[in-house]
Amino acid sequence: MVSKKGFIEVGEAVGIIAAQSIGEPGTQMTMRTFHYAGVAEQVPTGLPRLIELVDARKEPKKPIMDVFLKDEYASTYEKAKEVAKEIECTTLEKVALVEEDFEEKKIVITLEPSELEAEGVTIEDVKKKVKSASNFHVDINENVITIKPSSASLRSIRRLTNKLRQLHLKGIDKIKRAVVVKGKDGKFFVRTAGSNLAALLKHPKVDGKRLYTNDVQEIAKVLGIEAARQALVNEIKQVLDMQNLNVDIRHCRLLADAMTMDGEIKSIGRHGLSGEKAGVLARAAFEETVKHLINAAVHGEEDRLIGVTENIIVGQTVPVGTGLVKLRMKL
Amino acid sequence: MKRKKKIKKKVEQAQAPRTSVYLNGKLIGFYENGAQLLAELKARRRAGILSPQLNFYYNQKTDDLFINADSGRARRPYIVVENGQSRLTPALLEQLRQGEIGWESLVKLGVIEYLDAEEEESAYIAVKEEELTPEHTHLEIDPVSIFGVTVSILPFPEYNSSPRITMACAMAKQSLGTYAVNFNMRTDSRAHVLYYPQQPLVQTKPYALLGFAERAAGQNFVVAIASSYGYNIGDAVVMNRSAIDRGLGRSVFYKTHETEERRYPGGQKDKFEIPPPTTTGYREERAYRYLGEDGIISPECEVEAKDVLVGKTSPPRFLEEITVFGVTEEKKRENSLVLKSGEDGIVDSVMITDSLAGTKLVKVRVRSIKIPEIGDKFASRHGQKGVIGLLRPQEDMPFNKDGICPDLIINPHAIPSRMTVGHLLEMLGGKAACYSGKFVDGTAFTGDKEEDLRKIMKEYGLDEVGEEVLYDPFSGEAIKAKIFMGVIYYQRLHHLVSNKMHVRSRGPVQLLTHQPTEGRSREGGLRFGEMERDCLIGYGAAMLIRERLLEESDKTVELVCEKCGSIAVFDHVKNKQYCPLCDSTQLHYVEMSYAFKLLLDEIKSLGIFPRLLLRDKA
Repeated sequence: MVSKKGFIEVGEAVGIIAAQSIGEPGTQMTMRTFHYAGVAEQVPTGLPRLIELVDARKEPKKPIMDVFLKDEYASTYEKAKEVAKEIECTTLEKVALVEEDFEEKKIVITLEPSELEAEGVTIEDVKKKVKSASNFHVDINENVITIKPSSASLRSIRRLTNKLRQLHLKGIDKIKRAVVVKGKDGKFFVRTAGSNLAALLKHPKVDGKRLYTNDVQEIAKVLGIEAARQALVNEIKQVLDMQNLNVDIRHCRLLADAMTMDGEIKSIGRHGLSGEKAGVLARAAFEETVKHLINAAVHGEEDRLIGVTENIIVGQTVPVGTGLVKLRMKL
Repeated sequence: MKRKKKIKKKVEQAQAPRTSVYLNGKLIGFYENGAQLLAELKARRRAGILSPQLNFYYNQKTDDLFINADSGRARRPYIVVENGQSRLTPALLEQLRQGEIGWESLVKLGVIEYLDAEEEESAYIAVKEEELTPEHTHLEIDPVSIFGVTVSILPFPEYNSSPRITMACAMAKQSLGTYAVNFNMRTDSRAHVLYYPQQPLVQTKPYALLGFAERAAGQNFVVAIASSYGYNIGDAVVMNRSAIDRGLGRSVFYKTHETEERRYPGGQKDKFEIPPPTTTGYREERAYRYLGEDGIISPECEVEAKDVLVGKTSPPRFLEEITVFGVTEEKKRENSLVLKSGEDGIVDSVMITDSLAGTKLVKVRVRSIKIPEIGDKFASRHGQKGVIGLLRPQEDMPFNKDGICPDLIINPHAIPSRMTVGHLLEMLGGKAACYSGKFVDGTAFTGDKEEDLRKIMKEYGLDEVGEEVLYDPFSGEAIKAKIFMGVIYYQRLHHLVSNKMHVRSRGPVQLLTHQPTEGRSREGGLRFGEMERDCLIGYGAAMLIRERLLEESDKTVELVCEKCGSIAVFDHVKNKQYCPLCDSTQLHYVEMSYAFKLLLDEIKSLGIFPRLLLRDKA
């Protein structure tokens, strides 16, 4: 029976309480952001990150992955570094100077042998990839590759150059950088800038069970909505913990539940949760009043006065707390 | 910028680097040696060849020389120093004392120089004459001059934390005193005048220079720092009722009301008179009881809310209706000057003149005496403010061996976190001044020091830090702890409860929404906002929300047509209910907020027809 004490009563306004419980300490959140060890780029934390999560952005500003390795690769730095190199996506831009020559109407790629070696890419590889990427005349001379496109419009040259610069030579797509980090347990893992969950899950040297990404949308795509819900909870909690804000995890769970309840991640606000409320009046009371009223008129919508907002507008008892209690029998 | 760069580039290419010279921020030319030019310019200004209003600044790093002569620069005077010697020589000082020369001539002689913010960058200023070295370029006339007028009046500011000084300045501007010596002849719309203003016992040099003592804004209070049965918690203060009865902190509040005989297009005019009972909007007869034949009240009438100060009738807003007999009857409109609630007092003076438009103008000044009461605000000159939490008669105040008891008891918690040491020093200084009969100098940096004050205290056989044994007023026993008691200047601030307090149980509502009005002047309610509403929802207090938002606000009962869902009407003439849209008589009374009814009307104005579907409550 003790366990039942922790249950929420019928009619408890959990949503409002969750909103207040996250919102109140949220006002104290600083705009300060912290650095992730190893990865040079700044990852948003604090308020910007929380907004990012709640807005359900397509991609986080700075996607990050923690790639844990299978035991045989996690023991030494060298072995982990090897995997990191393998994972890291190398583009042509990284190993060569790609220049366009508008006068001669050609593109000149000057390869850097030292960079090639560092990235573990051979000249032959590059040549092959470049050839297959551009179906024009390719001239190869030592470290210099010259491409003469047949259509000579300046714009097409520029487009091709940009495409070539991003030419994928090696590694896993989207993984811009990979750094080896020593974990708390003494084992090494790889932290990456950029996220590609699906590809890394299949990687033979990676322990897929422990793979972490901060891209919630990607989790939803690859692992499903339940996983995304949990990821959302974790991310929100992490942001709050980092600022030393003590928010009960159940509030975060409710928020994540609300965001994921119908199979896809919905944002909080006009384009998501609040914009899809059942009642016309509730939606009109939130934002874009006229739009909702007119649409409701066009569709002949009926507001059944189920929510709290609607009932307050109309001037009725709200269906929460004591407002839920009703007499079964008329006296 | 671009142009400057271009010019500069050209010049640099052609010649050796030269100083760019700017006048009021505009590049006007080049010179070989900036430092030399600067020295020459300064010398000429000091010699009186150039205007003393010019300022020069040479930036060595960028090799730019700025000459500023434009308006709006903040400038401050300093004594010029040359080779470590002040140019204000003893001989000059003597001439000054004799009145042979004045400030202007000192400026002309190049003894005094005004620096602006830019030139100050290149100056090395000594605060005291003893500090002078050959490197110094200027000498501060007096260290207090670092501060502005408002701070320079505060005693011992250098012992306080800077935010408290800022606050003290802000509060000094709200203090009651003698704001103008001719206040009795003025008709300010509101004015406070303190009854027995005193000059502070701890003064500063600028205080005397400004002649502030002649129009003082405060009184010297005997203050003890002690807790007092919880009535001075959280910046509340306990005050001595007997002291207040003797006139401490008492002030008058003057409020001037005015009205004029306006002219209207069409030759019509307002008229000052006792409105005849036939006027539309005629008040009860009692309201006009003080008016003379001319419709104007006379001085020394005790007026209360709703009393008329000046009776006035205006022509009707619209053209007169034609009566049955076909004669137009002049129906005037009552438009008197009425006293609002909470503005009671005594008519102090009545003034009749002409307005700028040439119409008759009447100003009535109402006076009311404001005796300190619970909730009135007081502050020392150290950012220490508080409101009265309790008035206690003298016999209930602690007293010392001489029978002196405090006028004010402030809480010790007000001191440590705010670090207003100056407050404590002023208390000590005030006490010393009381015994010695001499004012204490609290001027910043140069005033009397703590040791001086202690010495005076010792001289008169007192505890040198100002602590005393006080006796409990109820038992007569000595209070175990020694209590710090001193005399300090306190200001009464113009935030008086009597001008602020406000309650409402029922009252006026707005015409449009039927919701309670807003604001004290309209006898309004306090807003129960969105966040407050959220809290009640969160608490699950559904009935309380309903009461706040409906029953106590804009509850209405409307007839609703069951058939078409629109608001129906009740025709009082025919004594019949019907739906104006479908003529149905299947109508029901529905309880709703008036705001919702208004919303329905507004939606209709959008061209959308909202229907109410009726159902019995489950």
